[in-house]
Amino acid sequence: MSLNYICKAKLILAMTNMKIHAFKICTLLFFAFSIAGYSQNVKLLNIDQLNERIKNGKDSTYVVNFWATWCAPCIKELPHFEKVGAEYKSEKLAVLLVSVDFKSKLNSAVIPFVKRKNMKSEVFLLNESSPQEYIDRIDKNWSGSIPATLFIKGDKRKFVETEFTYEQLLTEYKKL
Amino acid sequence: MQKFITTVTVLVFSILFAQAQTATLKAGQTAPDFKLKNVDGKEVSFESYPKAKGFIVVFTCNTCPYAVAYEQRIIELDKKFKSQGYPVIAINPNDPEASKADSFDKMQKLAKDKKYPFPYLFDQGQVVTDQYGAKHTPHLYIVSKTAKGNIVEYVGAIDNDPEGTKTEKIKYAEDVIASLKSNQKPAITETKEIGCTVKRKAKA
Repeated sequence: MSLNYICKAKLILAMTNMKIHAFKICTLLFFAFSIAGYSQNVKLLNIDQLNERIKNGKDSTYVVNFWATWCAPCIKELPHFEKVGAEYKSEKLAVLLVSVDFKSKLNSAVIPFVKRKNMKSEVFLLNESSPQEYIDRIDKNWSGSIPATLFIKGDKRKFVETEFTYEQLLTEYKKL
Repeated sequence: MQKFITTVTVLVFSILFAQAQTATLKAGQTAPDFKLKNVDGKEVSFESYPKAKGFIVVFTCNTCPYAVAYEQRIIELDKKFKSQGYPVIAINPNDPEASKADSFDKMQKLAKDKKYPFPYLFDQGQVVTDQYGAKHTPHLYIVSKTAKGNIVEYVGAIDNDPEGTKTEKIKYAEDVIASLKSNQKPAITETKEIGCTVKRKAKA
C-alpha cells in the first residue's frame, strides 16, 4: 500500500520536470520489494522433486538441511547454513532448507518464521505424508532426528545427523 | 612423543567405541537391563517387575514438541497395558546441561503435574540411552521377557500420526503388543519417525 502511495506521489512529481527520475525510483522500489518478497517464499517439495532438482544440477553442490520451527538446535544452526550459502554462492553451492514441520503449519508457523528471520536461502516445506518411506529415501541411516543434513556433489553423497557449528559445516562442505 | 601417540590412540579408540555403542538396537537383540533413578528417588529396573511379560521402554523428555504431542498417548499405553503385563518405563535420554529444561527436578515436576502412572527415569551419563541407541524423543522399544532373556521386539514410533489428525491411524505399539499376547511375532518390527535429537554436551 505504502509503495503505491509513494509511486503515486512520485507520479505527480513526474507531471513536472522530474518525469524520468521518478520513474526510476518507482522501478527501483518495485524491484527491491519483489526481491524481498521472493526470498521469503516457502514452497512445498516432495522427495521426487528434490531428487529431480539435484539430478538436473550435476555441476552444483547441494547442502540440504532438514529442520523445523519447533527444533531448537535446528534454529541455532540455521544462520550457519545461510552464511555458507551466501559466501560460497560463486562456487555453485545451493543451500536448500527443508522444513519437516506439519503441513498444517505452513502459514501459521513456517512462513512467519522465515519472514521474521529474514532468511535468504531457498526454504521448502516437505510435502510427504509417510515418514516410513521418506526418511529412508533421504538416507537409510537416518533415524529421523533433526537437525540432519545431506551433502551432495556430483556422485558424492554424505548424510550427517548432527548439529553443526559454522566451522564444522564449512569443514564438511570443503571436504566434498 | 610416545605419550602423545598413546593419548591419540586412546582417544581414537574411545571415539570408535563410543560410536559403536550408539547403534540402535534391532528386533531380536537382547534389551540390556538397567538400574536408573526414578522421579520418586527409587531405582527402577526390569527386575522391579517380576510379573511382567514385557516392557514398553520409551525414551522421552520434558520439552520436545513431539514428546509433548505423544505424552498423553504414552500415559494411555501404560493405563491399557500395565494390567496386561506390559508396563511403560519412560527414560529421559537428554543431558541436563545440554538441555536445562530436562533436569531431574523438572522431570519430577512434570511427572507430578501430569500424574505419570509410570516411572520416569533419569539416565545419568546417558549410559542406557547409548546401550539402546536411542536417537530421538520419543523413541520406543517394546521388549518381551523370554527364556533367552529380555528381547527387543519392536523399535520406533508409537503410531503413524504425531500430529493426531489422521482418521485412520496405524497404532504400531498397540499392534505389536497384540501380536505378542497371542504368541506371534509382530508384523512390523521397525518404524521411523521425525523427532528431537537426543541432547548431548558439546564435544570439547
